[in-house]
Formats: sequence, structure tokens, C-alpha cells
Amino acid sequence: MNPILRLDAIRHSYGGHFTLDIPSLAIWPGEVFAVVGPSGAGKSTLLRLLNFLEKPQQGRVYLHEKAYTASNLPIELRRRMAAVFQQPLLLNASVWRNVSYGLRVRGSRNGRDAIQQALDEVRLTHLAKHPAHRLSGGEAQRVSLARALVLNPEVLFLDEPTANLDPGNVRIIEDIIRQANQVRGATVVLVTHNIWQARRLAHRVALLFDGEIIETAAVDDFFQHPQDPRTQAFLTGDLIY
Amino acid sequence: MEIFLNGLRQALALIFSLDPDLLEIVRLSLLVSGLALVISAALGLPAGLFLGLKDFIGKRLVVALVYTGMGLPPVVVGLTIYLLLSRQGPLGELGWLFTPRAMIVTQTILALPLIIGFTMTAVGAIPPALIMQLRSLGATRRQVVLTLLYEARAGVLAALVAGFGAIISEVGSVLIVGGNIEHKTRVLTTAIVLETRRGNFSLAIALGIILLSITFSANWLLLHLQGRLDPRHP
Repeated sequence: MNPILRLDAIRHSYGGHFTLDIPSLAIWPGEVFAVVGPSGAGKSTLLRLLNFLEKPQQGRVYLHEKAYTASNLPIELRRRMAAVFQQPLLLNASVWRNVSYGLRVRGSRNGRDAIQQALDEVRLTHLAKHPAHRLSGGEAQRVSLARALVLNPEVLFLDEPTANLDPGNVRIIEDIIRQANQVRGATVVLVTHNIWQARRLAHRVALLFDGEIIETAAVDDFFQHPQDPRTQAFLTGDLIY
Repeated sequence: MEIFLNGLRQALALIFSLDPDLLEIVRLSLLVSGLALVISAALGLPAGLFLGLKDFIGKRLVVALVYTGMGLPPVVVGLTIYLLLSRQGPLGELGWLFTPRAMIVTQTILALPLIIGFTMTAVGAIPPALIMQLRSLGATRRQVVLTLLYEARAGVLAALVAGFGAIISEVGSVLIVGGNIEHKTRVLTTAIVLETRRGNFSLAIALGIILLSITFSANWLLLHLQGRLDPRHP
């Protein structure tokens, strides 16, 4: 089996804060891969590189073992992926129009059932006609998820999807992510600073610290038998940064 | 007060009698300012989008020039275009001086910075991360740009309102390059100036009321459109 996404010899500095230095990293089809680490470690930048939204200064990003960049990725391949960011970034329109956005840019006119299903999954069918700007933070984030799910992406990128949300919304969103992976079959790349969320959702976890991947392991090994002392310190809350 | 009431009465009489001279003046006013608005929107919306979205060396200077342009004195624009289009001027061969074309040119120049400036501000207020979000949802670059323009629609409509309001009510430049020639370049504002000079205050006020009614109707229409397009707007 080939990885769905692969990073090779990546070096990329961002805003003068850190340099991402990742010799290699593979994301496998069907997995939930979580990247954990403190704020400012480079998690979001890593996600943007994997999602071809930013071009690495050095190294290559492979999709299905073929190298592409942010500028030469064919639109039909880009459309097999979708991302949800920490801020919901909804359009100034109704919930329904927000969820239908990706379908509309694809020229799809028969998305009614798909939109309905996505809204059911995020439990917001009753707010379909509601203006997006009147939603609560949790509802807005669920609309943002529905907007990605409706596209049935092969890879779903999630950047801190539950940061600053109440426990009820966190639970709903985690259920949605689980369902996207198990029912829709999406490969999920999840960036989170919440290690417990990574433990609940991921198959594999990586710790990113200061632009470097310290350790990557299956979820149980990562939490029960961390190999690197920095991983141990991060899990116990003793990592000083 | 009497003079205003007379003006109002005369305005109503003129409107309901469908006075052909008045209709001609109104039609030319709408044609000149309407075409100037369309041309300045066609040039100004893309320019405003570009300035709102892109960073480049010298952008601050360009923005300062746009802001300066937003306060351009119409008489200075009129004088400049007059000199360019006059027989001895570099564009004299066009023969546009004292024609509606010259009036459209000056009004386009007056409306353009307003439309660029308002569009730039409206687009600049959109969170930059939205561009990345739209691309990640599969939008092409063109679709991203159109979505951003639609997101900034309240500001874009304000730009059109401001542009139209500024030029339909402007007198300095159209008087200089148009010459207020009867049946040829006479518009509402220049007719008001003429009637005031002649001492026909009631007629001048009547024309003023008609001008105000046109700008009010145009603004009302755009506000209505704004309300329909933008759920945040009343």
C-alpha cells in the first residue's frame, strides 16, 4: 500500500519563528493521523504544506506518490481534499448556501441530498435557512465541517477544529470526525494541541516540537510507551517551551 | 418659503406634464452619469479588488493617490479635460469637447477613485484566511475572486452609491467640458445654474427637486438591493 500523502526532505521557515524540518512523513489511506504539539510548533504550517496551500521552500510533497506544489496541483486533485480551520470562516449567507459552496464551485447542481445528509450529520438541519452570522461558535464550526463533508473528500484536513468550544460541541464534532473516517472513509489529518482529543480520535499520533517531528507512533504506543523523553514530558505537561 | 412651495408646485407640474425639454435634460443626465458609472465600475472594481488583496512595493503610494482622487475638485478635472480636448490640445482631433462624451470622461474620472477606494476597503476587511479556506474547498482562483467580491457586496454597492451620488450632482466639470448647450449637453445641474442666473428660481428649485428625487430613487434601489443580497443589512 502506498501512502496517500508523503513529505520528503521538507525545510520551510515561517515568519522567522521556526523552521519546519521534516526528513520524511507518510499519511496512510483510511487513517486518522493526529499532529500534536505546543502552540507555535509549526502544526498549522505542516497542515498547509500537506494540503498544498503553501509551497515548501525545500523538499517535496507527494500525493499518491506524485510530487506537486501549491501552484501546479491539478484542480481535480485539489477537489479530492477539503480543510476545516480553527476559525469557521463562513460566507455571509445562509447555512445551506455555505454548505453548498464546494458543490457550486464544482458546477454540481444535484447536491440537495448530499447537503441534507451533511446537515443531518452535523445535527443542524433545523438551521438550514438561518444566516450564518447568527450562529454560535460551535454551530458555525459544525457548518464548516458540513461544508467539507458534503464534498466526500478523500482527505479531510482539520486544524484545531474544536479550539475554544464547549464540551458539548467538542463531543459532537469528534463524533462527526469519527463518522467521516469510519462511514465516509475519509483519511483525516488532525492538528490539535489537545492530546486527549488525539487519543480519542487518532490511529497514529505525531509530536511536533519546534518544527521537528519528535516521535510518531500508533496511538496506544504513543500514550503508553513514549520513546522520546520530550514526548513523555509533553504528555505529563512537563515540557517547558 | 413661498419660493420653495412654488418650486415644488412647478416641479410636480413639470413632471406630470411630461415636459419634453425636461425629459430631454433628465434623460441626458441619466445617460451621462449612468455610462460614467458603468465605465468607472468596470475599471474600478477590478482595481479595488487588486489593491484590497495584493501587497506590492509602492502600494502605499497608490493608495494615497486613490484617496487623493476621492476628493478631486470637479472643476480641476473639467479644466484638465478641457485643455486635453480643446482644439490645440493633444486630444483635440477627437472633437469631443462640448459633447456628452467629454462629460462622460470627466465624470468617469471623478467616480473612479471613489469606486476603487470603497471596493479596496470592503475587500480588505475580509479575513485573508478566507482565501485559503475557499481554495481548500476546491474553488479556482477566478471563483475565489468572484466569491470575495460577493462577500464584499455591501461595500461594493456603497461604492456604486457614492460614485453615482458624486457625479449626478456634480456641476463644475460638466459645465466646463459640456458647455451647457441646449438640446445637446444640458443636464440637470447645469440647467439649475442657468435658471438661477436668469432669476427663474422656481424653475431652478423644481429642477433641484427632480435631481434630488433621482438620487434618492437610485440610492433607495441600491439599498434595497443591498438588503436583499446581504443578510446582515437591514
